[in-house]
Amino acid sequence: MKGTALASIVLCLWTLLALTAPWLPLDPARIDLTHILAPPALHNWLGWDDLGRPVWERLIMGAHVSFLVAVGVVALSSTLGVIFGATTAYLGGWWDRLAVRIIDVFLAFPGILLTITLAGLLGPGIGNVIIALGTVGWVSYARITRAQVLSIKHRDHVRAAQSLGVHEMRIIFRHLLPLILSPLIIETTAGIASVITVEAGLSFLGLGVQPPAASWGSMIRDGTRYLLVAPHLVIAPGIALATVVLAVNLLGDALRDHLDVQKNRTQTSPITRKHR
Amino acid sequence: MIHFLASRLASALIVLFGVSCVVFLFIHMVPGDPVEVMLGESAGSSEREALRTSLGLDQPLVSQFRHYFTAISHGDLGTSLHSQRPVVELLVLRFPATAELAAAALCIALVLALPLGVTAALHRGSGWDRGTMALALLGMSVPSFWLGPLLALFFAVGLGLLPVSGREGLTSIILPALTLGIGMAAILARMLRASLLEILSLDYIRTAYAKGLPTTRVIWLHALPNAALPVITLLGLQLGGLLSGAVITETIFSWPGIGSLMVEAINRRDYPVVQGCVLLISLTYVGVNTLTDLACAALDPRIRLGANQ
Repeated sequence: MKGTALASIVLCLWTLLALTAPWLPLDPARIDLTHILAPPALHNWLGWDDLGRPVWERLIMGAHVSFLVAVGVVALSSTLGVIFGATTAYLGGWWDRLAVRIIDVFLAFPGILLTITLAGLLGPGIGNVIIALGTVGWVSYARITRAQVLSIKHRDHVRAAQSLGVHEMRIIFRHLLPLILSPLIIETTAGIASVITVEAGLSFLGLGVQPPAASWGSMIRDGTRYLLVAPHLVIAPGIALATVVLAVNLLGDALRDHLDVQKNRTQTSPITRKHR
Repeated sequence: MIHFLASRLASALIVLFGVSCVVFLFIHMVPGDPVEVMLGESAGSSEREALRTSLGLDQPLVSQFRHYFTAISHGDLGTSLHSQRPVVELLVLRFPATAELAAAALCIALVLALPLGVTAALHRGSGWDRGTMALALLGMSVPSFWLGPLLALFFAVGLGLLPVSGREGLTSIILPALTLGIGMAAILARMLRASLLEILSLDYIRTAYAKGLPTTRVIWLHALPNAALPVITLLGLQLGGLLSGAVITETIFSWPGIGSLMVEAINRRDYPVVQGCVLLISLTYVGVNTLTDLACAALDPRIRLGANQ
C-alpha cells in the first residue's frame, strides 16, 4: 500500500512537470561552453551535458516528450483497437474470423521489432514515432475488447436493445463498451509503461525524437559516449525513466489486484496460509 | 496429437503468410519514393530507373507482391543495396551470434527466475517474498539500453573483469546476455510465483499434504509441473522480446548478430536487408511459439484433447 502511494506521488510529480514543461522558465537548448560535461553543482543539481546544456532542464523537456508520445499512442491504439475489436466481435461470423487472423498475424511477430522497422522506414520525428507505436499497439486492445464483447454480447439488456431496433453502433458504444472498461483501463496502464520505454528505446537507436529536442532515450545514447568522464549523463535519464516505468507498473499491479477476484480466492486458501 | 500438430502447423503457415504480407505492405507504405530515399537526391534519372526496374517498382502492386512472395518462398530475399551481397548470406553469417546470445540470456533468466519464483511463492507475504518481487518489478522497469551501459561501466571499466564489447572469447557474451536476461528473469519469476500460488490453492495439493507427503515432493513433483505450463507459454512469447531486445543490446555491445545488422540496415536504408531481418526473426518467433504450443500439449492432455473437439 505504501509502495502504491509512493508510486502515485512519483507519477503525479512527473506528470505535473511534463504537462507544465512548456510554460516553465526552462531553456534546455542553452549552451554554456564553460560547463561542458561539468558534474552536478548546487545551482544545477544534475550537471551539464557534452554541449554544456543543463541536464535537469533537458530531463523535464524529455518527460514532456515521453508523456506526449505516451498519450498520443495510447489514444490512437486504444481507439483503433477498441473500435476494431468491438465491431468485429459484435458482428460475428466471417468478420470475427478475419479479425482473429489479423490479430494472430500482428501478435505473431514481436511488437518492438515491428515498431523499430516502421519507425526506421517512416523516418525520425515525434509524429512518426506515435504512428509506428500506434500501428503496432492497437492489437492488444483489439484482442481484449473482442474477448470481452464476445462474453457479454448475448446478455439480456443487449437482446432487449436489439429487439427495440437500436442501431448496432449505439449498442456497441452505449450498451457494451461501458461494461468492459476495467480490463481496458488495466491494459492502458501497462501500455503507458511500455510506450514510454519503447519511445526511449527508439530515440536511443536514433529512430525517435531528433536533436535538438530532448528525449530520455537520446540523452542516454549521447551520455554513453562520455560514460567514463561524466556518468551523470546516463544515470540521470535512466533513473527518471526507471522511476516512471516502475511507478506505472506498481499502479498497474495495484489496479489488477483490486479488480482480480481470483487472487482474493487464493489469499484465503488454507494451503497458501500454511506457507506463510 | 497428430491432429493438434497438423492444426498448429497450418496455423503457423497462415501466420507466416500474413507476416510476409505485413512486411511487404510496410516496405511499400514508406512515404515518398523509396528509390529516392535509397539513392539520395544527387542520383541521375537513369540510375533511378535502373534501380526501380531491378526492384520491380515499375510493376503494379499486385504483380510486385506476386514476385515478392514467389521469391521469398524460394528462399530468395534479394541483394543488399549496401554490400551487394545476397541477404540470405548476410543472415546466415549473423544468425549464429544472435542465437548464441538468446540462448545465453535464456539460461541466465531461468537460473535466476526458477529459485526466486519458487521461494517467493513458498514464503508468500514474507520479507523475502516482498523483497524478491520488488526486485523483479525493478528488473522489469529498467530498460536494457540503460542497464547495458551501467553493467559495462561496472564490470568492464570499473572492475576490468569482462570485455566492454565485441564477440571474442566466452567472457564477451556475459554482459550482453545479462542485459537481456535480467528483464526476462524478472517477468518469469513473477509469473512462476503467481502460477505456483494458484496451483498451491488447489484440492489435489491439499490431498498430497493430507497423505503426509513432504513439502519438497509436493512442490517439485505435484505443483511445479502444472505451474510450469503458463511459464512455458510465456517463455515462448518472451523469446520474441529477447530477439527484438537483441536489436538494442547488440547495438550497445557491438555484438555482430541480426539485431545490429538490422539497425545498420535501417540507418543505411538498405530495405532488402531490413526485410530479411524482420522475416527471419518472425520465422524464428513463430517457430518457437509453435514448439511451445506443442510442448504444452505434450505436458497437458487437456490442451490437445480440447483442440480435437
